[in-house]
Amino acid sequence: MEFFRIKRDIPFMSYGKLTTAISLLTFVLAVFFLVTRGLNFSVEFTGGTVMEVQYAQAANLPKIREQVGTLRLGEATVQSLGTSRDVLIRLPNKPGVTSAQLSNQVMGALKADGGQLELRKVEFVGPSVGAELVEHGLTAITIVCLGIMLYLALRFEWRFAVAAIIANMHDVVIILGCFALFQWEFSLTVLAGVLAVLGYSVNESVVVFDRIRENFRKPAMRNKSVAEVIDNAITSTMSRTIITHGSTEAMVLSMLVFGGPALHGFAIALTIGIVFGIYSSVLVASPIALALGIKREHMIKPPKSKQEAVV
Amino acid sequence: MNRYPLWKYLIIGLALIVSTIYTLPNFFGESPAVQISSSRQSIPVDTALMGRVETALAAKNLTPDGLFLDGNSLKVRFRDPDTQIKARDAIQAELGDSYIIALNLLSSSPGWLTRLGAHPMFLGLDLRGGVHFLLEVDMKAAIDKTVERYSGDIRRELKAQKIRYGAIKRSGNALVVQLRDAQTLKAAADALARTLPSLTMSEDADAFTLTLALKPEEITRIQGDAVKQNISTLHNRVNELGVAEPVIQQAGPNRIVVQLPGVQDTAKAKDILGRTATLQVRLVEDDPALMADAQAGVVPAGYELLDELTSRGPSKILVKRDVELTGDNINDAQAGFDENGAPAVHINLDSTGASIFRQVTAENIGRRMAMILVEKGKAEVVTAPVIRSEIGGGRVQISGSMNPAEANDVALLLRAGSLAAPMTIIEERTVGPSLGKENIEKGFNSTLWGFAAIVVFMVIYYRVFGVISALSLGVNLLVLVAMLSMLQATLTLPGIAAIALTLGMAIDANVLINERVREELRNGVPPQSAIQAGYQHAWATIVDSNITTLIAGLALLIFGSGPVRGFAVVHCLGILSSMFSAVLVSRGFVNLWYGRRRRLASLSIGQVWKPNQ
Repeated sequence: MEFFRIKRDIPFMSYGKLTTAISLLTFVLAVFFLVTRGLNFSVEFTGGTVMEVQYAQAANLPKIREQVGTLRLGEATVQSLGTSRDVLIRLPNKPGVTSAQLSNQVMGALKADGGQLELRKVEFVGPSVGAELVEHGLTAITIVCLGIMLYLALRFEWRFAVAAIIANMHDVVIILGCFALFQWEFSLTVLAGVLAVLGYSVNESVVVFDRIRENFRKPAMRNKSVAEVIDNAITSTMSRTIITHGSTEAMVLSMLVFGGPALHGFAIALTIGIVFGIYSSVLVASPIALALGIKREHMIKPPKSKQEAVV
Repeated sequence: MNRYPLWKYLIIGLALIVSTIYTLPNFFGESPAVQISSSRQSIPVDTALMGRVETALAAKNLTPDGLFLDGNSLKVRFRDPDTQIKARDAIQAELGDSYIIALNLLSSSPGWLTRLGAHPMFLGLDLRGGVHFLLEVDMKAAIDKTVERYSGDIRRELKAQKIRYGAIKRSGNALVVQLRDAQTLKAAADALARTLPSLTMSEDADAFTLTLALKPEEITRIQGDAVKQNISTLHNRVNELGVAEPVIQQAGPNRIVVQLPGVQDTAKAKDILGRTATLQVRLVEDDPALMADAQAGVVPAGYELLDELTSRGPSKILVKRDVELTGDNINDAQAGFDENGAPAVHINLDSTGASIFRQVTAENIGRRMAMILVEKGKAEVVTAPVIRSEIGGGRVQISGSMNPAEANDVALLLRAGSLAAPMTIIEERTVGPSLGKENIEKGFNSTLWGFAAIVVFMVIYYRVFGVISALSLGVNLLVLVAMLSMLQATLTLPGIAAIALTLGMAIDANVLINERVREELRNGVPPQSAIQAGYQHAWATIVDSNITTLIAGLALLIFGSGPVRGFAVVHCLGILSSMFSAVLVSRGFVNLWYGRRRRLASLSIGQVWKPNQ
């Protein structure tokens, strides 16, 4: 079996204008949603109390809302969690009331009319923790970007480093944009997923860059233009790209299907990251490297002139 | 050309054997157990205790599956949870309150594995259920307390030296003493420099003021001590909850993490953690007639019969109800030695405490005084020394008939009577045990099905090379689980996600290699050289891509907290294990399979399509 039977190199670089336009558009859209809608931060970031309860029978959400509402705990949200029996209740922080008291009050109210339910999880986060998490998250992203750029600049060339990071940030912003657009909950686990995408997506660019460098060295490629060399590199790594991402995606889909609500956001972030990772490494990173003026001479050190032996 | 030297096979073989051994304990599951430990150094957990427990169990017809001493605790294993509960009650009845008796789950892997240091992976709270608290220590309060103590010390010293002074004002972390003239200023500065060398002093000769400030290193020390003291107090309280493996750690300069696996009742846990124990100093009544009455059940009015815990077991002691002094007046208590080299406890009182203590001791020479820890309405005598002389100056020393372990216990309990600084809970997480089990199941299923999908695809697409890729992916999983078990790194649900993701990403290396070999074949290279060239070309790419991923992983490890860190640990380890298995191990398999064949006509790597056919 061989999926990819490509006779000639695909002229990816000649689509440069089109792909840049598409990327710019999605990027701008993502930023637009991020600004207008904002991320739906989880309790870990915002502070507050989250309770997960499981009913013996299907839960009656409007009734639960009413029961919680009678406690006057501020803006509480009640939603179902995966199954009809699992319910998630979110409560804002209230000064002077500990979360244990809070959860006891809520459980009391829910059990008041003989409801059969079990408390599965309580999570309380104080208001000071969230700001710190955001700060640490941003630091982590910056350090990852700088580290990767430094490594790529040393191992390849600064033009590649810049191109790879732009492609990467493009993926990250698009993931965040999707989370903003659909108002999916952005939790710490999702943040871990986003950061993993940063490392993963740069992989893809590295594989292509590696091929470009190899092609520059090949005698057969000497007469080809830089664009043609890049086209050839992308075409010959195409098969590997699709299969690898397919495999990773199989794993991620398995998490999406079997992982339950706790891994849902994580798997979604990775799915988007993988799809855009393929796209950006092929159609964003390479055109940028080309636009930055990558040349054969950048990759191949000029042969050192041998010194004559002095007698 | 595709042959490994023997030593490479030996390395692979050794890695596989070690990994298998360390992975094994994860398959044996857990059995219910009762864990007995002691919160005091003076009450040891030893073979004598083991004997007592055995007889107590035998009396109730309960047969333990195993009984062993492990460091400072005695673990008794049982067949089912039912016996476990009964045994707990039996042991509790026999040993009383001096020991911590907790229900626990022990790995039921065979003894030879445990002796090799092979334990199952350490599961996080989200997988086994329990409570997690993050507490923040109020540092400002700790500093305030110290500054107030110094203010008292200054006042006392100036009075003792008969130096007239005006007001003592606080400004920030400094105290400003107003004096009358240059002469008193000089005298005060001399006196205070002698008794309080730990403060930096500056004089203002025009306004006749003396400013005494805390040194920066003193402030750091106070803050460090405050956290340490709070941690030891928390330890004491958690012990009372009967949690088998509590985690109490400092997290950052002013935070403490408390994790209580298996605890479900958060309200009770919080109540106990946040409780303030109070220390009371009261006088002891040693009149034999009154004591005899009290023993007979007729406690005289104004008196109370309390337990005193000594290394010789509990004994009764009769104390007055009047409280002379409380823990609020105690600044510090440390174990040490007296002038004769005997173990002693040194107590430091504040100014109010010092003057009351002087009065009490002056009036009661020859009698005994009890230091009582009152927690949750239960009073217990920590120590009851005899007053030998009048004690002034606020520095008290208790010594005689104590061994160093007891001195430590007493100091710890006295300190527990007053938290160094108040704490607030800033984060709390409770996970029910059923949710924990479900999380394990879900994580396991995701990994299993994802793994299966990849294996099926690889085998169909790459044939023998696919089988080899799948095998090396299996080795990867084995090595990763072994490393996690060996390091006893905490495995959380995001950690399981990281295992799955790492496997999904690790296959990349094999795909790279296989595609490269195919490409070489496509270009007409003979099979043996194609293998060689394929691996060689792919290697550089694999290293580059793994290092960039590792950079991301390390940043997550350093800056991440909670779930992010759990993810990062596994992710980083997974990258290392995949480098090993995807390159070294898979090449080993290929060499074993193809390396010895001289005339190899073709490779089983799926169809190799050529454009000109």
